[in-house]
Amino acid sequence: MSAQQVLISIQSLKKYFPITRGILIRREVGAVKAVDDVSFDIYRGETLGLVGESGCGKTTTGRTILQLYRPTAGNVVYGNVNLVKMKGQPLRQMRRKMQMIFQDPYASLNPRWTIARIIAEPLHVHKVVKGTKAQKERVSELLELVKLDPYHLNRYPHEFSGGQRQRIGVARALASNPEFIVCDEPISALDVSIQAQVVNLLEDLQEQFNLTYLFIAHDLSMVRHICKRVAVMYLGVIVELSSRDEVYDHPLHPYTIALLSAVPIPDPRKTRARQRIILEGDVPSPANPPLGCRFHPRCSLAMEICKVEKPTWREAVPSHWVACHAVK
Amino acid sequence: MQPLLEVKNLKVQFNTLEGVVHAVNGVSFTVEEGKTLGIVGESGCGKSVTVLSLMRLIPEPPGRIVDGEVIFKGINLFHINKPSMQSIRGAEIAMVFQDPMTSLNPVLTIGHQIRETLMVHREFSKQEAVERTYKLLEMVGIPLVKERYGDYPHQFSGGMRQRVMIAMALSCSPSILIADEPTTALDVTIQAQIVELTKKIQNQMGMAVIWITHDLGVVAEIADRVMVMYAGYIVEEADVYNIYANPHHPYTLSLLKSLPRVDSKRYERLAIIHGSPPDCIHMPPGCPFQPRCEFAVERCNIENPMLRSIEENHRIACWVDVETRRTR
Repeated sequence: MSAQQVLISIQSLKKYFPITRGILIRREVGAVKAVDDVSFDIYRGETLGLVGESGCGKTTTGRTILQLYRPTAGNVVYGNVNLVKMKGQPLRQMRRKMQMIFQDPYASLNPRWTIARIIAEPLHVHKVVKGTKAQKERVSELLELVKLDPYHLNRYPHEFSGGQRQRIGVARALASNPEFIVCDEPISALDVSIQAQVVNLLEDLQEQFNLTYLFIAHDLSMVRHICKRVAVMYLGVIVELSSRDEVYDHPLHPYTIALLSAVPIPDPRKTRARQRIILEGDVPSPANPPLGCRFHPRCSLAMEICKVEKPTWREAVPSHWVACHAVK
Repeated sequence: MQPLLEVKNLKVQFNTLEGVVHAVNGVSFTVEEGKTLGIVGESGCGKSVTVLSLMRLIPEPPGRIVDGEVIFKGINLFHINKPSMQSIRGAEIAMVFQDPMTSLNPVLTIGHQIRETLMVHREFSKQEAVERTYKLLEMVGIPLVKERYGDYPHQFSGGMRQRVMIAMALSCSPSILIADEPTTALDVTIQAQIVELTKKIQNQMGMAVIWITHDLGVVAEIADRVMVMYAGYIVEEADVYNIYANPHHPYTLSLLKSLPRVDSKRYERLAIIHGSPPDCIHMPPGCPFQPRCEFAVERCNIENPMLRSIEENHRIACWVDVETRRTR
């Protein structure tokens, strides 16, 4: 691989959702801090994994990068432009380069549209091809790319299985020739024997078109397989970020260690022999996160300082970033 | 010794507008006292229908138990009347469902719902039932039981709700606990909590567990025996250590090969199983897995293999020996 080139730089990104009270006179009474000061770079051509439990802000991060949610604060620098400062037509131009694949292949396709119309929509919006004939050709080409037969074109989403629908979602995401795709749990709704099919397809397409993926998932085994680097999120903040082997074989943050030990291994001897760290309790509410380090109430290494001071985001080992007071 | 539960040649069908769905096609297995049986399979393979029909919870019509016997402690559950079945269901064989939100009544307090079971099945007075409910909630690790007793399901998190479901299932000290994908909707850290909790309670109370899941990792952790189902058939059944070390059915083998591992650095392309499972209305001739099987021989197209023993305590339904690729 050549020298790594930063495609997107996320700087101190925050997204708060207001909590309101009152019917006629709406008052803001608080905020859900879904993403609270997150910074990282995404390199061109890589797959960056974003893992964490539900409600930790993974999806919000993905959507805020794409400007589907406008951030409360922070910058998203794509190439040499700051997406946060853009709006209207220039932003729309940029959107062509950034697409998304959604989690639920049943909810993300319009049930009243044919496959042809679903896949052609981004072509319309971004005026990628001119004329109906060129458009038809492009749609067939896209279907072939995701290994679906073009004779399905005039069918409706309900006629397809989950795996096939997810392929349609992938074809739609590819329609505008994007550089960057946010894959938001693209396989978690699929059956085990279908997951590998979609993962292999995503890998092939990445190679073919030099795509960059932000792969959001909670299946840590699949993330290890598909991602070159992995970021671990907890309650709106990133707690650890490094290459997959570093994160999985030498995790530093106590949350990462506990999370990895909870993943079952399909080998009864191994999975029963290892030591597990069972985290007590649940993830606290992001509307009222704990002071200091957000993980301290559930952390076995928590010290006094963890209750009052936020740990800094630092490079503890070369290219291995972590936010924890206990890590030397 | 007579097993605690014996299912013989269970066949269940559903009449639908499109045709007859052959959901379960001659399934036989036993459950030993105090042991855990893991049933693994993809969605639609008949694993839930199998356990629902042994509880006689299949809605009839459209469902129909066509054939089979279920012998529990020497009694054939298909031959007893409804009130007798009612006294077994919940008291002797209890069940925990996948989605704890839809299986709890949202307008009744947690305490009320657990208490009710005890008052119906054990004819406890209200005072006794309340005391026992506190004990049960404590046993499943709910903090501050006296305060939480009067809370409603929406005030609990997903993991806590699943604990409440387990408390309710355990209320009458059943001999068998059936858990139908109890951790599928939960995060891995919470899943680990529930798995540990189930093991602990099983040790204390000595009940048998039937754990249904699509996750081969969880089964490796919890089961003593594993049964793999495909399209309404048992395709392989063995001791948990044996089935992971020496899978003999091509389906089990391919499934294990297609799984990425959290503990492995081998990043080669995932092995895939082509196609998708049959829809159980239009079953392929011969073996149901034959269209997707890489080992298929001519005989597989014509004749469906019966489940038979290949070694002690290891049954498979396949004509081919996957090691030599010859017909057995």
